[in-house]
Amino acid sequence: MSAAPEEDISAGRGEPLVVLEGVNKWFGDLHVLQDINVTVNRGEVVVVIGPSGSGKSTLCRAINRLETIDRGAITLDGKPLPQEGKELANLRAEVGMVFQSFNLFAHKTIRENVTLGPIKVRKMSKAKADAKAAELLDRVGIGHQADKYPAQLSGGQQQRVAIARALAMEPKVMLFDEPTSALDPEMIKEVLDVMVDLAEQGMTMIVVTHEMGFARTAADRVLFMADGAVVEENTPEEFFTNPQSERAKDFLGKILKH
Amino acid sequence: MNVVLDNAGDIALAFIYTLSLFVVAGVLSLIFGALLAAARVGPVAVLRKAAAVYVMLIRNTPLLIVIIFFRFAGPKIGLTFGFVDIRVADIRLNNLYAACAVGLIVYTSSFVCEALRSGINAVPLGQAEAARAIGLPFGGVMSQVIMPQAMRHALPPLASVQIALLKNTTVCGALGVFEAFARMRGLTNDFASARTEIFLAFALIFVVLVEVLSFVAYRLERRWRIA
Repeated sequence: MSAAPEEDISAGRGEPLVVLEGVNKWFGDLHVLQDINVTVNRGEVVVVIGPSGSGKSTLCRAINRLETIDRGAITLDGKPLPQEGKELANLRAEVGMVFQSFNLFAHKTIRENVTLGPIKVRKMSKAKADAKAAELLDRVGIGHQADKYPAQLSGGQQQRVAIARALAMEPKVMLFDEPTSALDPEMIKEVLDVMVDLAEQGMTMIVVTHEMGFARTAADRVLFMADGAVVEENTPEEFFTNPQSERAKDFLGKILKH
Repeated sequence: MNVVLDNAGDIALAFIYTLSLFVVAGVLSLIFGALLAAARVGPVAVLRKAAAVYVMLIRNTPLLIVIIFFRFAGPKIGLTFGFVDIRVADIRLNNLYAACAVGLIVYTSSFVCEALRSGINAVPLGQAEAARAIGLPFGGVMSQVIMPQAMRHALPPLASVQIALLKNTTVCGALGVFEAFARMRGLTNDFASARTEIFLAFALIFVVLVEVLSFVAYRLERRWRIA
């Protein structure tokens, strides 16, 4: 018996995977995304930072169309995001999403949280999905708690389950929308460790975060957003030591000086 | 009390009709009400509107009028339910029974829909977003993630709706189904001197039935409580 070879998630590294072109969005009069042009390549880890209300979460959510955009185009692996419907659901299955508030399915056990997508969307058998869930939960260090419910786990544990849930779909890209912002300081590390591991394995990641440490260690590139626009785009090294714009200098001055 | 005991067989038979109306209309109104609620929160504007109009129309109409519609107006426009003719021992479920059951389903569904909608509103938006994010289509989001949680939140109002349904089955007694209310009226006519006992006996049986229902709802509420 030969098992199907695991798809190498870093295959084709360096080709454009997520491309945003001239993306604009308004909330009423508020121009929350202004002419965003961003390309994220396969295997790349892009960290998006910026002050609150700068549009970074909206940007992240626009990539799997949890937020619609008013102008511009977003393509994933060369295909434009479809309109609402079956096709959009298929696209979302290819994009893993981790939320600030975890959003684990409250009425399902940890195992069921991880197997729901593979069983219902990928039509995987329950036995296979369970085995995969066990492997993923071990990988994020929650293997022994598979029969518990989300509310019985700590925030850090819940967020690691959420990462396992997203990984179970074998996504092409993982979106993290402030994954550690709702966590106690000591739980932040356990989540970041999992994310660093993932980055090292070559997963394409777009991470909205305030964790500058993570940006320094794991990011290939930092996007700095302010007032709905990408103000600066650079390597973490360059961005943190030598920010170009006044806005970025001001922001870094505020967060790094204590 | 003798009158009640002497006619225990007939009374039991009447309550079997009552309970069968309740079970049929209860189950189907839960299903139809859930579909209505899904339509009301769904992505299709036409369905949203249609479900809202349905609820507005039916919920604002007295039950008696809804049932009379199916019982008397229905046949005039071809809704005869003539195909329904089920016999089990002494029980006979015919077209009159079906018309009344449909009336109860149509009426109760609008209340189920609104009770469920209150439950849906209580489910955090993030649950739906997470479900969409793993690629579930609208139907999957509703059936796998939203409805199971909405049911839990909506259980107390749903129990009230179903209790009301159990008592509302008596309306069918006025329209040709020989359920508890019709039997009671028959007995009070036949045994005028024992009216008080007859009334009390029927009331007591209803109290017990509703109490059983409340208890079941309470147990479900405990069991489904999210850990």
